[in-house]
Amino acid sequence: MSLAQTDKYYLPQPSLWPIIGSVALLTMAVGGVMTMHHMNHGGWVLLAGVAVLFFMMFGWFGEVIRDSEAGRYNKQVDSSFRWSMSWFIFSEVMFFAAFFGALFYTRVLSVPWLGESDTMQQLWPAFKATWPTAGPGLTADGLKFTPMEAWGIPAINTLLLLSSGVTVTWAHWGLKKNNRTQLILGLAMTVALGVTFLGLQAFEYHHAYTEMGLTLGAGVYGATFFMLTGFHGFHVLVGTTMLIVMLLRSLAGHFTAEHHFAFEAVSWYWHFVDVVWVLLFILVYWLI
Amino acid sequence: MSDAAHAHDDHGHHAHPAGIMRWLTTTNHKDIGSLYLWFSLIMLFTAGSMALLIRSELFEPGMQLMHPDFFNQLTTMHGLIMIFGVIMPAFTGFANWQVPLMIGAPDMAFPRMNNWSFWLLPVAGIMLLGSFWLPGGAVAGGWTMYPPLFIQGGVSYDLTILAVHIMGLSSIMGSINIITTILNMRAPGLTLMKMPMFVWTWLITAYLLIATMPVLAGAVTMLLTDRNFGTHFFNAAGGGDPVMFQHIFWFFGHPEVYILILPAFGIISQIIPTFARKPLFGYASMVYATASIAILSFTVWAHHMFAVGMPVAAQLFFMFSTMLIAVPTGVKVFNWVATMWKGSLTFETPMLFAIAFVCLFTIGGFSGLVLAMAPVDIQLQDTYYVVAHFHYVLVSGALFSIFAGIYFWLPKWTGHMYNETLGKVHFWLSVIGMNIVFFPMHFLGLAGMPRRIPDYALQFTEFNQIATVGAFIFGFSQLVFLYVVLKAIKGGAKASDRVWEGAEGLEWTLPSPAPYHTFETAPVVK
Amino acid sequence: MKSMWQRAGAIGAAWGVSQSALADYAYNLQPPVSKVAQDVFHLHNLIMLVCVGIFIVVFGAMFYSLFKHRKSVGHKAAHFHENTTVEIIWTVIPFIILVGMAYPAAKVVIEMKDTSNPDMTVKITGYQWKWGYDYLNDGVQFYSTLATPREQIDGTAAKDAHYLLEVDQPMVVPVGKRIRLLVTGNDVIHSWWVPAFGVKQDGIPGFIRDTWFKADKIGTYRGQCAELCGKDHGFMPIVVKVVSDEDYKAWVARKKGTAQAAAADNGKTFGTAELVARGEKVYQANCAACHQANGMGLPGTFPAINGSKVATGPIADHIKVVLNGRPGTAMASFAGQLSDADIAAVVTYQRNAWDNKTGDAAQPADIAATRGGATAAAAPAAAL
Ligand code: HEA
Ligand code: HEA
Ligand code: HEC
Ligand code: CUA
Ligand SMILES: [Cu+2]
Repeated sequence: MSLAQTDKYYLPQPSLWPIIGSVALLTMAVGGVMTMHHMNHGGWVLLAGVAVLFFMMFGWFGEVIRDSEAGRYNKQVDSSFRWSMSWFIFSEVMFFAAFFGALFYTRVLSVPWLGESDTMQQLWPAFKATWPTAGPGLTADGLKFTPMEAWGIPAINTLLLLSSGVTVTWAHWGLKKNNRTQLILGLAMTVALGVTFLGLQAFEYHHAYTEMGLTLGAGVYGATFFMLTGFHGFHVLVGTTMLIVMLLRSLAGHFTAEHHFAFEAVSWYWHFVDVVWVLLFILVYWLI
Repeated sequence: MSDAAHAHDDHGHHAHPAGIMRWLTTTNHKDIGSLYLWFSLIMLFTAGSMALLIRSELFEPGMQLMHPDFFNQLTTMHGLIMIFGVIMPAFTGFANWQVPLMIGAPDMAFPRMNNWSFWLLPVAGIMLLGSFWLPGGAVAGGWTMYPPLFIQGGVSYDLTILAVHIMGLSSIMGSINIITTILNMRAPGLTLMKMPMFVWTWLITAYLLIATMPVLAGAVTMLLTDRNFGTHFFNAAGGGDPVMFQHIFWFFGHPEVYILILPAFGIISQIIPTFARKPLFGYASMVYATASIAILSFTVWAHHMFAVGMPVAAQLFFMFSTMLIAVPTGVKVFNWVATMWKGSLTFETPMLFAIAFVCLFTIGGFSGLVLAMAPVDIQLQDTYYVVAHFHYVLVSGALFSIFAGIYFWLPKWTGHMYNETLGKVHFWLSVIGMNIVFFPMHFLGLAGMPRRIPDYALQFTEFNQIATVGAFIFGFSQLVFLYVVLKAIKGGAKASDRVWEGAEGLEWTLPSPAPYHTFETAPVVK
Repeated sequence: MKSMWQRAGAIGAAWGVSQSALADYAYNLQPPVSKVAQDVFHLHNLIMLVCVGIFIVVFGAMFYSLFKHRKSVGHKAAHFHENTTVEIIWTVIPFIILVGMAYPAAKVVIEMKDTSNPDMTVKITGYQWKWGYDYLNDGVQFYSTLATPREQIDGTAAKDAHYLLEVDQPMVVPVGKRIRLLVTGNDVIHSWWVPAFGVKQDGIPGFIRDTWFKADKIGTYRGQCAELCGKDHGFMPIVVKVVSDEDYKAWVARKKGTAQAAAADNGKTFGTAELVARGEKVYQANCAACHQANGMGLPGTFPAINGSKVATGPIADHIKVVLNGRPGTAMASFAGQLSDADIAAVVTYQRNAWDNKTGDAAQPADIAATRGGATAAAAPAAAL
């Protein structure tokens, strides 16, 4: 912290990390396509890409953290981070909107269309349009599944995530009061809740696949169910990872009561993940 | 501009890698802007060559040069690359070069991320173009990627989906960067309503991008899982609907076409006042019109789907909302004309392209309006009339504005004036060539020629031949453009700081060429 | 206001009619032969006219300025840069013009969408790459494929007048009757389009969307598939013959006769040579578009049948592929498209043509057995 916050905008040096990231994504994409088409070594190529991506993230974020801890980020840089994180979260909202839109469209429009008038009479004579459904063709082929019940694991998961929103805020208060114990305790609890959520979610998926006949392939219900909850679960995973990083940084003495945007960004993200879950709980699990 | 007083700063100008490493690692907005623009130019020649192949096959009835499937690959890749590889990168290149200069910022808000946004594009480019050499060839399902056709294809289809993801990532990061730069890094005193129009249009475009690219990502993700992981989003047997893809795609797709034109409006709004020597007419209404276009663009998407058989209420709603967009767009056209009115006009190449833009874009807008009439669109959907419409707004719209912008700012970027005579030659060849290619397509469409066909019935022969001749004129005149640009980079008359007599704005207070680092201390705008 | 629009419409119509003198409407929509197409035609003319009018006013002003307000003629720049009144005017006037355009357009939309009270109903299915017609009232069923010979496409023979717009079996409808169409797709989205009727309707797999037309004049009308549907999208034309009521009845009777004869084949047993000969025709009409006449397919897209493990392995698997298709690929199920006799023939042909010399044969009865009871009822008339 030798250099006090300058009034000049911090411009980083040329950096190799972006191009490494590009190589990583290219490798991952090629590996992914090879895997999907069952080509030899596809999995290894994919894994190599992921490894390079992790290497890039460690390197790049590490650099950002060092810059930050060295006090190179002034007020203006801080507010740049705030704008960018908000709009990043907005773009995530739109990504989920596509899948919620698909759920709405199939449930409210296309499934009823399949079960009425000419479409039903000419093409799917045996189809009864109800929700949840695996669709006329799969149902006729004898596909059966049990829909997911809201008041079991999902309800518990809702409680877990809602509490984790509280604990992360509590941690934030601690940080602002310079109460490091509260910060670390709050973060640790949040991480624990996140991990538990993921564990229960994994259990639920396992149960769905092995006992309920509910799979990705179970018609639009299965598709929307797993894609929505799956992408959400992935976001919880990412959020938990970021929380763990925040926890480690807190333990290492990073952040000050005034200057801790990384922490705030993660908590914004966590709250966003929370809100998505509440929507999921209502629209995917509850109102079947 | 970098005075000694600041030399001790920790982000000094030392240790810049040279050669290829400079470009791979650069965090300088001017370098990155140039990278975007070069990438775009190379892709223009690539996708343009595909267009010339398409036009050659269509020169006369019968299959002469290629297999139908290869023709479809060319059409698809031509569309994808022109949109994602030419127009969008070119505008982002302009944003990189100009936004910091116009708002008095030292660079973009996130220089490293800026670098990544660019360097993702070649990755996507390799994946798209590389798929021509894969078994089964490149994607042939149209740039709109409609299932179930898109579900049928082979390896290259998955590669293309992932390329779209990567381009989306690039656009989202680029937009976040631009929004943050504009909102947070303006020079003191430069209030929002004093910003140059180009900056305004990019701000709004960036919002469109972050609102729609994730939706496209969602749509292609569903394609990917339908193809590979057994989901049934777009398959009626599983309760899905192929048309659902079209809704999601066009929810992205229509705002996308304004992403391709709003920055063009911005460039034109910088150029016309300069050569009319008169301030832009109706600045405030320009801003509001741009915002209205952006907002309305989210409510019109199903005008691409009038023939799928929507309920009548939906058809009427989308028809009316689409027509409404003509109002704010008209405001822009009228404002440009009013800016020229009673000006003191001169006609350097940028101005010529700008005038052609206003005139020819309006023709494209009018044909858009004809298509907005649902009953007429049902006749014209998927015909060459649509091809004519969108090439008027994209070639004589987006592409011409890019030419205009390059001629306008090239002296500032290189420090040299381009050759005005050759610029004018390029202009006239382009305008004439462009109209020869695309005007007859209106007639073809009206007469009933479907688009995306490699061979056609005899009554369409004449107009197709005219169009093909025009395509070669237009295509080869772009070699003139390439020559003019290269020549101006190499040398030429020294450009003054202001470059154009009527130029206004911060960028013209800088020396030409603009130094590598500019506005390290923010200028104050009164 | 209203009278002005009527006048504009009249001028538009007059302009449209005068076009007929010029090169057969080559600059405008095809000559309409239904009320809807007629209305669309006029609507288009009206809108064109309005747009041309606005264009002349706006760009008249602009070009006037370009000439008069040049620096080279010594014009000095004025300094005005806003004027709320004008700006409001040029927001409101276009809006009013648009309302004037929206009203007639909405009327046509509603007219097009009204499929009630049809005289007859035809179900149309798009296949890669042919059209299937199913006359729900008269029980006639057939497929319609491109009839232009390969040589004309490749340029080794002269192209005839209806190059690419000729089919083996046209759709036939009576004149002056309201015909409701139930359009769907079998594999991918196609679009059934006959410009002269003002009808275009996408055929969406798994859904039925309806539309209608009433042809006013006896004649032959041509259209094309209007939605990209893969390799041969440009080669699946539509031909509709509009005939008198009597001619229509006669046509229906003729169709039924051939269908019965074909159905009778399903009960027969054939010799291998007979099957191969018949199978070659079925193959050329239904399979060669993908698997190619020489059986080599297109590497990476369509597999070769020549030397294929399926076509040289157990015959039961071969029959299953043809009956059920391969879901998720371009290989569609042919159970509904081909009769038992035709499937037996094409399978036998594939197993004995080129280098595939298995020597075995499938009989219609084998196909019926593989189908099982449930789908056999749906077996339609022969495609040939
Ligand atoms: C830069 C890109 C761009 C722009 C700006 C536009 C602008 C418009 N487009 Fe276009 N469009 C495309 C790119 C673009 N389009 C593309 C790529 C496709 C095809 C995609 C595919 O299928 O592959 C397409 C297709 C397309 C269709 C679907 C056609 C079909 O497939 O059947 C329709 C239908 O409504 C349409 C309408 C419009 C309208 C009403 C506008 C309006 O914004 C135009 C407004 C402008 C004006 C009207 C002119 C100026 C106004 C005045 C001078 C005021 C006075 C005017 C009046 C009162 C009339 N467009
Ligand atoms: C911004 C977008 C953009 C631009 C600039 C263009 C530019 C051109 N387009 Fe294209 N076009 C689209 C976007 C664009 N297009 C889209 C979105 C589609 C729809 C795709 C789909 O249906 O899915 C389409 C479809 C399309 C079709 C319809 C194809 C079909 O339906 O089957 C045609 C046909 O003529 C065509 C032609 C042209 C031509 C002649 C040009 C010319 O302007 C090109 C000019 C040529 C050059 C600039 C090349 C210069 C090259 C040389 C001089 C050779 C030298 C070579 C080297 C040095 C390597 N385009
Ligand atoms: C629209 C294109 C198309 C048409 C028409 C078509 N096929 Fe196919 N066919 C395919 C494709 C694609 C495959 C490969 C499917 C896969 O990937 O498993 C295939 C596979 C096959 C196979 C299995 C080959 C193998 O080695 O796996 C047989 C047998 C076959 N088709 C027979 C036929 C017959 C008989 C017809 C006509 C009655 C026909 N096909 C028409 C596209 C088509
Ligand atoms: Cu069928 Cu295009
Ligand atoms: Cu649109």
